[in-house]
Amino acid sequence: MKRRDFLKLSSMATLATTVSGLPIHAYGDNKLFGALARNRGVSDKILVLIQMSGGNDGLNTVIPLDRYSELSAARSNILINQTSVLPLSGFSSTGFHPSMTAMQNIFNTGRMNIIQGVSYPDPNFSHFRATDIFFSAADSNTYLNTGWVGRYLDQRFPGAPQSYPDPNFLDPLAIQIGSTVSSVLTGANGLNGLAVSSISNFYQIISGTVDPAPATPAGNELTFLRFIAQQTQAYTLVLQNAAALGTNLATYPTGNRLADQLKIVARLINGGLQTPIYIVNQGGYDTHDNQVEMADHSIGDHADKLKELSDAIGVFQQDLKLMGKEDKVAGCTFSEFGRRIKSNASGGTDHGSAAPMIVFGTQVNPTIIGTSPILPASATVNDNVPMQYDFRQVYASILQDWFKLTPSEVSTVLNGQSYQTLPIFKWTVGTTDIETSSKSFSLEQNFPNPFSEHTIIRFTSEGGMAQIVLYDQMGKMIRVLYENDVPAGTIDVGVDRNNLPAGTYYYQLHVGSSKMGKAMVVVN
Amino acid sequence: MPDLNRREFIDGLLTKEKQSPEVYDINKDEIFLKYANKSSPLNFKHSRAGLAQYTGAWGERQKIHLLRRIGFGVTPADIAAIGSMTMSQTVDTYINSIVPTPAPPVNYYENIYPDPTGIPLGATWINAAYGDGTVNYYRSLSTKAWWMNNIINQGQSILEKMILFWHNSLVTEANAVGDARLNHKYMMLLRTHALGNYKTLIKELTKDPQMLFYLNGHYNVKNSPDENYGRELQELFTIGKGTNLWNEDDVKEAAKVLTGYRVDLTTLNTSFAPAFHETGNKTFSAFYNNTIIAGQVGAAGENELDDLLNMIFAKDQLVAKFICRKIYRFFIYYDIDATIESTIIDGMAQTFIASNWDIKPVLLQLFKSDHFYDPLTEYCFIRTPMDYYLGMTRSLDVQIPATLSLEDQYRAYYALASLCESAGMNPGDPPNVAGWPAFYQSPQFHEMWINSDTLPKRMKSTDAYFTNNGIYVSSSFKLRCDVLTFVQTLSNAYDPDSIVDDCVKYLLAIGLSASLKTSFKNLLLDGSLLNISWTNAWTDYINNPGNTTFEGIVRTRLRDMLTKLLRMAEHHLC
Repeated sequence: MKRRDFLKLSSMATLATTVSGLPIHAYGDNKLFGALARNRGVSDKILVLIQMSGGNDGLNTVIPLDRYSELSAARSNILINQTSVLPLSGFSSTGFHPSMTAMQNIFNTGRMNIIQGVSYPDPNFSHFRATDIFFSAADSNTYLNTGWVGRYLDQRFPGAPQSYPDPNFLDPLAIQIGSTVSSVLTGANGLNGLAVSSISNFYQIISGTVDPAPATPAGNELTFLRFIAQQTQAYTLVLQNAAALGTNLATYPTGNRLADQLKIVARLINGGLQTPIYIVNQGGYDTHDNQVEMADHSIGDHADKLKELSDAIGVFQQDLKLMGKEDKVAGCTFSEFGRRIKSNASGGTDHGSAAPMIVFGTQVNPTIIGTSPILPASATVNDNVPMQYDFRQVYASILQDWFKLTPSEVSTVLNGQSYQTLPIFKWTVGTTDIETSSKSFSLEQNFPNPFSEHTIIRFTSEGGMAQIVLYDQMGKMIRVLYENDVPAGTIDVGVDRNNLPAGTYYYQLHVGSSKMGKAMVVVN
Repeated sequence: MPDLNRREFIDGLLTKEKQSPEVYDINKDEIFLKYANKSSPLNFKHSRAGLAQYTGAWGERQKIHLLRRIGFGVTPADIAAIGSMTMSQTVDTYINSIVPTPAPPVNYYENIYPDPTGIPLGATWINAAYGDGTVNYYRSLSTKAWWMNNIINQGQSILEKMILFWHNSLVTEANAVGDARLNHKYMMLLRTHALGNYKTLIKELTKDPQMLFYLNGHYNVKNSPDENYGRELQELFTIGKGTNLWNEDDVKEAAKVLTGYRVDLTTLNTSFAPAFHETGNKTFSAFYNNTIIAGQVGAAGENELDDLLNMIFAKDQLVAKFICRKIYRFFIYYDIDATIESTIIDGMAQTFIASNWDIKPVLLQLFKSDHFYDPLTEYCFIRTPMDYYLGMTRSLDVQIPATLSLEDQYRAYYALASLCESAGMNPGDPPNVAGWPAFYQSPQFHEMWINSDTLPKRMKSTDAYFTNNGIYVSSSFKLRCDVLTFVQTLSNAYDPDSIVDDCVKYLLAIGLSASLKTSFKNLLLDGSLLNISWTNAWTDYINNPGNTTFEGIVRTRLRDMLTKLLRMAEHHLC
């Protein structure tokens, strides 16, 4: 393993030769380093991953109001009273759990995207294997030792983690709030991330002279320990500085452990840290029993967890807004699996498969992707929420549309596979960039154009899942015009106006990882 | 010895001549040259020694190695207690000796929160009524304190390490269940069977009240089976996970077999309730040879548990290797390559099967083996937080006197558990049913204990042992190392070379070079560079009891030396 190679620990050295000559307070000026980082021409976007450990019950979180007869048949002992479900503007068939008022507000103010039915083929029901799958982005039957975020960081920061801090990037590559670094951050050469549990508690840890490490397993571990000590010391200065410069501007609740974590994240972001990835964790979703209070299904263990989640996300978004940083930060929740449709006799739910994922921030399309889950009329213990989207489509969308990787780079990060991206993020209006590696990929101008009632969009591809999404001039998704598994060749898609107000719109075609967009005009 | 503080570090950054990164020359980099290895430790070798009984040297080095791995920390008194025993006799003693059952945890909290169930100060609460959430909280703390006390006073036995091993392998989370009485019962179950028969342990664990709540066995009833325990029994406790093993249907069928166990929260006993038992036949997959466990009615339904365990344990090669790998990772090293799998793991597994799941023969074989005493096996284990803090507390002779008030004693032992918790290992409350990821998460394994958060914490708490403030326990008691009594447990407190030698031997893993030892010794000489400087200072202290000036001189020098010595990375290995 390369991280054992202590000779590669040039990080301290490079740091030392680059910031020379600066007065001490300027060392803490992250604007300088921010400029250096931007010179690389990479994204300055930040992603906050919120892991909901234990397997969240998606059906009691994002509640399908149009499936109440099926839900009543399957889980009457934990079902949320339909009248107390929180409505979502513009989506009469979907609502939030009653304790998610802060997230309801974020959705209703256009800052949240929900992807329904996220899973993967042949889902695994073990917490540990399923978590591994979500971390590694592997197929159900493939075992990988690296995480998808770790591979993204490998791709973006060559030589990570040994070559960092680097003069072009002095900040930690990723930060996990807590005392362990999860394997989602494992890259080819080791963990591309740093654990931080407190930003008021730094410590000097470098000792003096050391003996050479022997070429034995003991020497291997000794080298590792020294490496961590060195790296921690180097990053401690950067973190101290960001913590000193940054302050929280919103008032965070007390006793909310997730909010405590996001508070640190917000403070470091406000302090100017360029770190692109933060990971926070909330446990307690393994609700095999007593998920709800028998007397009132809207309260109980699961409600407490969702309230903690919702309140934490709410105050974090408010803090970012006050800081003026909300446009550069997106958050994404995930859980290793959803839970079974049918509840058990313990007032809980056993391990299941598909569940919604939620992406939030000002730059997401404020909509719900996918439909309410299709549920059997009387679900048995063997029935699971059907998959609509692969979780790696969400990852691909984040990598391509948020971190601006090319489709081939996305494919490298996702183990050589191509996944069709989803319209999670707003489209940059007017863009006509063609992102394709396919020769026979084209999207023609709709005809007629302008149109008032009906038009046709023609495209040619090598086949696969094809999707055409309609956006307004602000880049906000209006609706999915077409979604189908198409053969290779040319397809004509008829589009009805369907009450669209007159104006200019953009339509974007996705087939596999290829994308292309054009404008269309609607007239009266 | 040069000690780089933060100011010097920053100054060092700022005073260098400007160079562009492109012409960076590693050989001119002072920080690199100062800290980096002079040769790369790449391509390290694994021990290729086998399980044959070790016949090599049996000196202080081997004894310290054994005791560090088999227990928590090592002291000169531990080594002295081995006396003239041979390697084989020593291992026999540590594995076979009968350890007296510790007295149960008691009410130490009466003056903080009077026990609502009427248990007086100093009396045990383990059979009391539940009371309320607050008293349960204090009882939980007292259970952790009781456990830490047992470890600190481990005696000549592997038992405490094995209890931790089983706790990590057969997990419950005390806090998730929330009844300290059940947790104590679970701890006692592990204690009773830790060196007994594994299959018996699994059977008893299946019926353990804490486990029945933790993995929902109590709620697993006919018509609405709860799969939680049925899955983990196979995935985490016996077979493991992987392709072409048990499948989801096997989980469902196992859950049905296990229906009907109920916990009585008054007696804290488990009973089998036939009315809740699924009486139909249970059909398993081809992996289990399509075994059908015949449904039984009435009290006989309980017998299906034996059928289930017999079916699972019939996969003896899988089960034995699964557990032996865990033992190897817990006691030896995490990296199991193909050769270690085919020699050591397989050898241990065959012993395990031949013993009909008795645990002792496996441990005796491993700790007497060439493999264990091979120098390549030494020092490569990154100490867990419990090993680090509890082992260090023993090695430094940190005292928690029995003359303290009961409240302070319990608080002191609980403070040790809190240190472990803050470094990522909360005794009694692993993060989930798979235990601590450092024991299973590939490829980091034990290295997961060490990161930018936990390493500074470990160092900071260790430093505190050598300060007047120590680790806070109460207004009247702090945990700290009395360096003046500690140094007298070593072979010769008058000789600074001997002090450093002993400290390196007992506190660090890998030995240090002569020049590095000299630099630590110089901290005892306070700049004079002559051994006599220490010898005189120590003689003055010994000959003038009560003289605070003389006492202060030697205390300051010892604290300084030990603080810096224990900041070495070697202190985190064993």
